[in-house]
Amino acid sequence: MSNSSKRMRALMATGALGTAMALVLAGCGARAGDDTAGAGSSPAASCVDTSGSTVKLGFLNSLTGGMAISEKTVSNVLHMASDEINASGGILGKKIEYVQEDGATDWPTFAEKTEKLLTQDCVAAIFGGWTSSSRKAVKPVVEKLNGLFFYPVQYEGLESSPNIYYTGATTNQQIIPAMDFLASKGVKKLFLAGSDYVFPRTANAIIKLYAAKLGIEIVGEEYVPLDKDDWTSQVAKIVAAKPDFIFNTINGSSNVGFVKAYYDAGLTPAKTPIISVSIAEEEAPAMGHEVTGNYASWNYFQSLKTDTNPKFIESWKAYPNSSGVTSDPMEAAYISMYLYKALVEAAGSFDVDKVNAAAKANKITFDAPEGTVTLDGENHHISKPGHIGQINKDNQFDVVWASDKFIEPDPYLEGYDWFPADVRKQLVDAAG
Amino acid sequence: MDALIAPLLNGSAQGALLLLAALGLSLTFGQMGVINMAHGEFLMIGAFAAYLVQQVIKASDLSIPVALPVAFVVAGLFGLLLEVTIIRWMYRRPLDTLLVTVGVGLILQQAALQIFPSQGVPVEKPSWLDGQLNILGYAWPLRQLFTIVLAVACVAALSAWLKYTSFGRRIRATVHNRDLAETTGISTRAIDRLTFFVGSGLAGVAGVAASLIGGTNSQMGAQYIIPAFLVVAAGGIGQLKGTIIAAWAVGVALSYFAYWTTGSLAQVLAFILVIVFLQLRPQGLFTVRTRSLA
Repeated sequence: MSNSSKRMRALMATGALGTAMALVLAGCGARAGDDTAGAGSSPAASCVDTSGSTVKLGFLNSLTGGMAISEKTVSNVLHMASDEINASGGILGKKIEYVQEDGATDWPTFAEKTEKLLTQDCVAAIFGGWTSSSRKAVKPVVEKLNGLFFYPVQYEGLESSPNIYYTGATTNQQIIPAMDFLASKGVKKLFLAGSDYVFPRTANAIIKLYAAKLGIEIVGEEYVPLDKDDWTSQVAKIVAAKPDFIFNTINGSSNVGFVKAYYDAGLTPAKTPIISVSIAEEEAPAMGHEVTGNYASWNYFQSLKTDTNPKFIESWKAYPNSSGVTSDPMEAAYISMYLYKALVEAAGSFDVDKVNAAAKANKITFDAPEGTVTLDGENHHISKPGHIGQINKDNQFDVVWASDKFIEPDPYLEGYDWFPADVRKQLVDAAG
Repeated sequence: MDALIAPLLNGSAQGALLLLAALGLSLTFGQMGVINMAHGEFLMIGAFAAYLVQQVIKASDLSIPVALPVAFVVAGLFGLLLEVTIIRWMYRRPLDTLLVTVGVGLILQQAALQIFPSQGVPVEKPSWLDGQLNILGYAWPLRQLFTIVLAVACVAALSAWLKYTSFGRRIRATVHNRDLAETTGISTRAIDRLTFFVGSGLAGVAGVAASLIGGTNSQMGAQYIIPAFLVVAAGGIGQLKGTIIAAWAVGVALSYFAYWTTGSLAQVLAFILVIVFLQLRPQGLFTVRTRSLA
């Protein structure tokens, strides 16, 4: 699931026609862009109007194209959260009126829709996105127009923006706990398998540095393009390398192909388990029994026993269009709406600068399904518990390891002595 | 030894899947000249058909053999519907068919997204495909052997059908010279429909094989369409044996490259190879000799 160009296959695989469509889209885009520029060229001052009984918010996810596979659920959860907030009186007494936009698995569209939401619909904040590419498309626009964007998916870190709030995990809340778990299992030989784009490459760069510190040997590293399901050849290399554990940063449906090739080759969780950072309750069912017994690192699992989780699960199951299971990115999207409510109420205003000031001045918390999370007003990420789950036959996760406390977000890994400054700079530059 | 044997076997299986995906195209594109960009979505339909069969017949040992003919018929019927409603108006206008079928493909993808769970559905592998075969010290997954057997069976059935049945003879006659075929009383319209049904049906069978290898979801078809077209082009338009050799060669090349370099680089290298080959030999491996003037 998660991050960058996860499922660009609709674009990539259709090659020549992709180009043709891009031309068509570019044509439309230019026209829409011109209109926007026309409207936006008048003063940059915010046009947000909250004088009435409602507040307008923008929801921006891919509802069509390859990424719709994952983003549809996040979008539905945002709707559920806003319905809940409206039922309990709204934000500062104002009902949420949302404007839904479709990012269409196309990153320039995300940028264009962001501009439209901010300058034409005059929304007070935007929620959504999934891939890092979509976030990176939105970032310059919200920064230029001084808007707010709430991003709900775990990602590769090394970023922070005054105009973005990140409610998914950064690397020290998902990758590093996974490595700590492997160290506690006495793993000596690790194989890295990932999709070929920014998140797995960055994650693996971090994993290799930490592995050296933990005394874990990396016995191989393989990448396959996001839009390819066939892992046969790479799994043959894993068999030959004989690792104790496989660290899986593959994204999307390619994961299904990986797990099938793994099972076909006779690899088993008993001897060569996999730990994944992109397989959650939503993805596991599509893999059948072949994934059972393997591990995943997340902050939230449906199986977590917290005070707030049962209500979240019940509400979601009862919600129209529900997929029936809850997962980490869904929960992070749910958090993002409530975090915004808490921020606005602390600021007493929908004004972006006042909201940001409130984030710094107050300790903003929310009793999330994963536990009580606290916002870091400086880097705009939230504290999260680290959890490792083992996939059972019902495609739920049995929690087998938990961090001893909530992990403070450290997107630039400044608190880790094994992460050198020059590597940080290199990775930040590479991520653009 | 592993380094030599493993990629050869893995690559042959990859080539077999590619061949299954390309077989139908070699009919519809190769023989009829229709650029059907929705072919990948017919493959997806075959995979979802396998899933639906498994909902009825729970035992996967039995359901996959049943799913193969079901997927063939279901995908074939979708193909027939496409031919009757849209493609028939567009023969000899390949660029139009390209654009229209891209649209049809997108509609089918979005329909699958609406109907099935968005993350996709599981298709369970029969237990008789569990396990490995020891080939010169390499534990070769049985599932790969299944893909190869399936591809060989489809090729054998298709070529026998083309060669020995009257339908097959009429198809070949139509391909070689449509006007002359018509003057001998062959209904080329009926032949077109039949060819499209069989070509799309073969995509459905490929979909069942693909569902045992990767994910079954709305996006699955897209990854096969470009490689399949390349294989058909490299093999030579309208030439079954060319398609077979090209698919196997690309599969094995992909696997050796992946073994020696990385998965991403392998894709690039294998397709550079195909493109260079097509530069040197634009007509592909084999060509159809025909006496028609067109």
